[in-house]
Amino acid sequence: MLVGKQDFRDGDTILYLDGVSVSFDGFKALNSLSFYAKAGELRAIIGPNGAGKTTMMDVVTGKTRPDEGAVVYKDSIDLTRMDEAHIANLGIGRKFQKPTVFESHTAYHNLELALAGDRKPLSALFFKPRGEELDRIDEVLEIISLTEQRDRPAGELSHGQKQWLEIGMLLMQSPELLLVDEPAAGMTDAETEQTAILLKEIAKDHSVVVVEHDMEFVRALDTRVTVLHEGSVLAEGSLDNVQNDERVIEVYLGR
Amino acid sequence: MQILRSLIPSGLALAFGFILAMMPLHTAKADFQSDVRALAAKGSKAKIAAVSKLAAGGHAQTVAVLEAFLNGQLFTHKPDKRLVIGTKAKGGYLIKDAVRGTDTAVVAKKLLKKIRINNRLRKVVKSALGGLTLLSSDEAQRLKAANALFKSRPAGMLDLLNKAHGQETVAKIKSAMHRTLSAIQATRLKDKEQRIAALKALAAYPVQDVRALIAGLLSVGADGKPREADADVRKAARAALGDIEDSLQLWGFAASIFQGISLGSVLLLAAIGLAITFGVMGVINMAHGEMVMLGAYTTYVVQDLFKTYFPGAFDLSILVAIPAAFLVAGGVGIVIERGIIRYLYGRPLETLLATWGLSLVLQQLVRTIFGPTNREVANPSWMSGALEVTGGLTLTYNRIWIIVFALLVLGLIMALLRKTDFGLQMRAVTQNREMAASMGIRTGRVDALTFGLGSGIAGMAGVALSQIDNVSPNLGQAYIIDSFMVVVFGGVGNLWGTLVGAMSLGVVNKFLEPMAGAVLAKILVLVAIILFIQKRPRGLFALRGRAVES
Amino acid sequence: MPVNAHGNAQGPMSMRLLSSTGSKLTVFGLLALALMVPLTHALLPASSPFYASAYTMGLVGKYLCYALLALSVDLIWGFCGILSLGHGAFFALGGYAMGMHLMRQIGERGVYGNANLPDFMVFLDWKELPWYWYGFDNFGFAMLMVAAVPGLLAFVFGWLTFRSRVTGVYLSIISQAMTFAMLLAFFRNDMGFGGNNGLTDFKELLGYNLQSDGTRAGLVAASAMALLGGYLLCRFIVASKFGRVLVAIRDAESRTRFLGYRVEMYKLVVFVVSAMLAGIAGALFVPQVGIINPGEFSPANSIEIVIWVAVGGRGYLHGAILGAFAVNYTKTYFTGALPEAWLFILGGMFIAVTLFMPKGIVGTVPDVLKWRPKRKPAQPLAAHPVPGE
Repeated sequence: MLVGKQDFRDGDTILYLDGVSVSFDGFKALNSLSFYAKAGELRAIIGPNGAGKTTMMDVVTGKTRPDEGAVVYKDSIDLTRMDEAHIANLGIGRKFQKPTVFESHTAYHNLELALAGDRKPLSALFFKPRGEELDRIDEVLEIISLTEQRDRPAGELSHGQKQWLEIGMLLMQSPELLLVDEPAAGMTDAETEQTAILLKEIAKDHSVVVVEHDMEFVRALDTRVTVLHEGSVLAEGSLDNVQNDERVIEVYLGR
Repeated sequence: MQILRSLIPSGLALAFGFILAMMPLHTAKADFQSDVRALAAKGSKAKIAAVSKLAAGGHAQTVAVLEAFLNGQLFTHKPDKRLVIGTKAKGGYLIKDAVRGTDTAVVAKKLLKKIRINNRLRKVVKSALGGLTLLSSDEAQRLKAANALFKSRPAGMLDLLNKAHGQETVAKIKSAMHRTLSAIQATRLKDKEQRIAALKALAAYPVQDVRALIAGLLSVGADGKPREADADVRKAARAALGDIEDSLQLWGFAASIFQGISLGSVLLLAAIGLAITFGVMGVINMAHGEMVMLGAYTTYVVQDLFKTYFPGAFDLSILVAIPAAFLVAGGVGIVIERGIIRYLYGRPLETLLATWGLSLVLQQLVRTIFGPTNREVANPSWMSGALEVTGGLTLTYNRIWIIVFALLVLGLIMALLRKTDFGLQMRAVTQNREMAASMGIRTGRVDALTFGLGSGIAGMAGVALSQIDNVSPNLGQAYIIDSFMVVVFGGVGNLWGTLVGAMSLGVVNKFLEPMAGAVLAKILVLVAIILFIQKRPRGLFALRGRAVES
Repeated sequence: MPVNAHGNAQGPMSMRLLSSTGSKLTVFGLLALALMVPLTHALLPASSPFYASAYTMGLVGKYLCYALLALSVDLIWGFCGILSLGHGAFFALGGYAMGMHLMRQIGERGVYGNANLPDFMVFLDWKELPWYWYGFDNFGFAMLMVAAVPGLLAFVFGWLTFRSRVTGVYLSIISQAMTFAMLLAFFRNDMGFGGNNGLTDFKELLGYNLQSDGTRAGLVAASAMALLGGYLLCRFIVASKFGRVLVAIRDAESRTRFLGYRVEMYKLVVFVVSAMLAGIAGALFVPQVGIINPGEFSPANSIEIVIWVAVGGRGYLHGAILGAFAVNYTKTYFTGALPEAWLFILGGMFIAVTLFMPKGIVGTVPDVLKWRPKRKPAQPLAAHPVPGE
């Protein structure tokens, strides 16, 4: 099975946001947001459009700097001072809302690029994949069911296949914390189900935070849910609890 | 018989008296004549004496003779040793008698011998002339005399100058006379208190030649001793010099600011159009400079038409040229957008290349039709001339008008964007094309008109440019990089940014120029912008947020 | 041997580099040129139909240098999406470095007969050589400078722009400003590089008389070798993982960052390498045309390089070479036959290529050849962007 770097014990807080605020031109995308996830946990984040879900991911992965607040990884690493590449190399992987695979590259090369290891230009110049690395790629291809498409340019894959390829790339990075943004978007029912199974499998050895809209998918994940609204946490708990929470009903079903 | 005998002596006496009476006239004339003749004498000393005598004589012809002498037009007519004033004509020289001013004839050159003048003599003659024309009825002559006397500062002229100054009514001339008076007092008088007073008076004239005069006073002679012996006077001179240099610096500063704003206003006009096509539409138009060029050439053509068909109304030609240039450039812009740009939306690098190619084509087209050399465009009379604030600061009218024009256009465009329907449609299409289309806005038409608007404004910039710069096919190239810098620096998508950007770039450029030279100034500005972009990649007035990321 | 969609086999290095048809044609064609042109010029009589005149040889030599320059631009543009509109600056700097060496070689044979100072310095009344001219009398040092100076400028420029995440059109415009600033600077007489006249009147290189046929032939051969070397280097870079990262940066820069790659470093490395190649091209160009002046820095020159690559097809490498030859040959022809028309044609080329032939000759020809009604278009041979990028 896939092994992620697990030197951080289950149960410890792996990601911690405290009072994080972000404004764009006067619009407050995140409003004193506080959130924490434990190592080894699978957490789902839901919320209406504009609630700040993607912005939260941007902040954690270094794309957006928060105006105030702390973002801490593994209890000691301050993420607000780092850029995307640095954070990625620390073991935080992200899958985007829109599948962003490299369309000109084959599925194989997409995964090869994501292969955990030395990212320096000079090494890349003389890189030759070792045996076990080739095996690893094949393994992942198997998991994401893209073995047949190994040598096809990613641009030719279907939408659902691109999503999986991206998940595969995420796995190749051997991250400890995965941030997955709307993995079920645009998928058929069958694909959605498969994706849920895939994520649950991955969550066995990784910490995973999933942002989603699709309630069926969230139900299939069967895990703790956080509801975001207007940039801060509204409610938290199991899906049933959250769905029965009055504030959540008000926000979702309108006024 | 007795009566006859007494008649003869009275008649004789009368005759004698009559002759005596006639003699001074004749003597005066003879004096004048001999003085004039003395100009031909050998040796400067004799000539100088002659000039002084002539100046004091007050003969009507004196000015003509002295001026001819100055201009090398005074000759000795060899056959009869007369002095004549000669001008080149067919067959030799047209001469007239120097003393009488008449008796014209044409003689061969070899019959004339020029009366030589040298620099020292020139100075003397000039100041003599200055004195003579100081009281002339012609204003221009009086002013010229006052300024000429400043250079030579003859002490003997003080009284005359005082008199002239006292009766002078025109302020400008009075001021010039006072300046010359003070200059003479400061440098020629013996009494040191008077010199100090004069120096203080001179401090009120912050112009370069006064400055040079005082600096000369303070300088050290070839023997190592200061030119001005008295220490107190030197102190007063230093104080005056300090005052003048401060004033000069201030006025120089103001002049730089004016120049900077003038340049900024031109950049603004050129950049507004770019800010619209680039900022609002996201299109890089490398042919934007050529829109400016087309506007300038439209002005040329309109002026030509006016000169041919409506010469009397020439001053109105600019007013016709402005809308004409707008329509021409705007029309070309619409054609470009529909023909090329619209197929390249979302591909800014390709748009850049295609429009670069377009700029080459447009330049070559104009070169073929109008030729590669500069075309003359003239200022209408209401734009010619200048406003002189003091001796140090001259504001030319054409530049003032352009500043006004640029701000007007900016205001109009802002109003258009914010207040009109079209502006609203423009902004809607920019922000969300599909949404705008589904609301019934004809996005294709809006695109074309927006691009046409941007190009049209550039055309008007061309009209402005034609008034202060040469019109040639390369006109666009000179301003394109600067325009882009303005837009990049000021922030994309914001017209205030364009204003601030244009003005700052203009002013900074002009301030660096006297220190570093035009070329180096440009380099420094470019480098500064490159560095600035590192700090703020989106410009001064950047728009944050996700929507702008594209 | 498994072959991926790039047409690069995954086997021994030599095979990997030379697999696609286009690249084979390019390499062998170049070797042929390298030998044929100077040989026919030297060995065959002038009456032979295969004889290459001195004029033709000169042209081919120039085109070869331009092709190397085009290659350097394709490397960063076609494969990494960096559109540099100021690459002419690196070409010019390399040219000046070579020019300075050649000036030092003139020695006493200059107009003023001063062994130490070039003519233009004597003319300006300078008493001694400025410090930045020291060392250029040594061939090895000068050659080092040919690559190092453009490389240094590229490093500084790249460091400033890439680190601030300036990309796309902003970068292009700033690169224009950079070369424009260099143009203004080198025009000044007091810079010590010959001012607006530049450096010229060269006599010899490494002891060989520059006017002689043999030297010229040698220079053409050297240019071809340099082009070949540059091509192989680019090919190596592009086929490696480094090259794949470049393509990833081009297609989705943000994503590449999120994968942990320091995008700025990759861009910087490839930019510097590209600048050095351009510098070498410039250095080979100068002894063949006999002059280097600030006009080489003009923004228009730099933009022209881009059209060579666009016409040939970007992202293929051999496309850039083809484009350089094609466009420059057209230029030579028209500036001779119909000078008025050349700028129209050049401008028209820009417009036509971007509108109708975005993949360039090399990219469009296979599509045309393989086009059958009602079938999907053929696979692209090399890494290039999906249309509508």
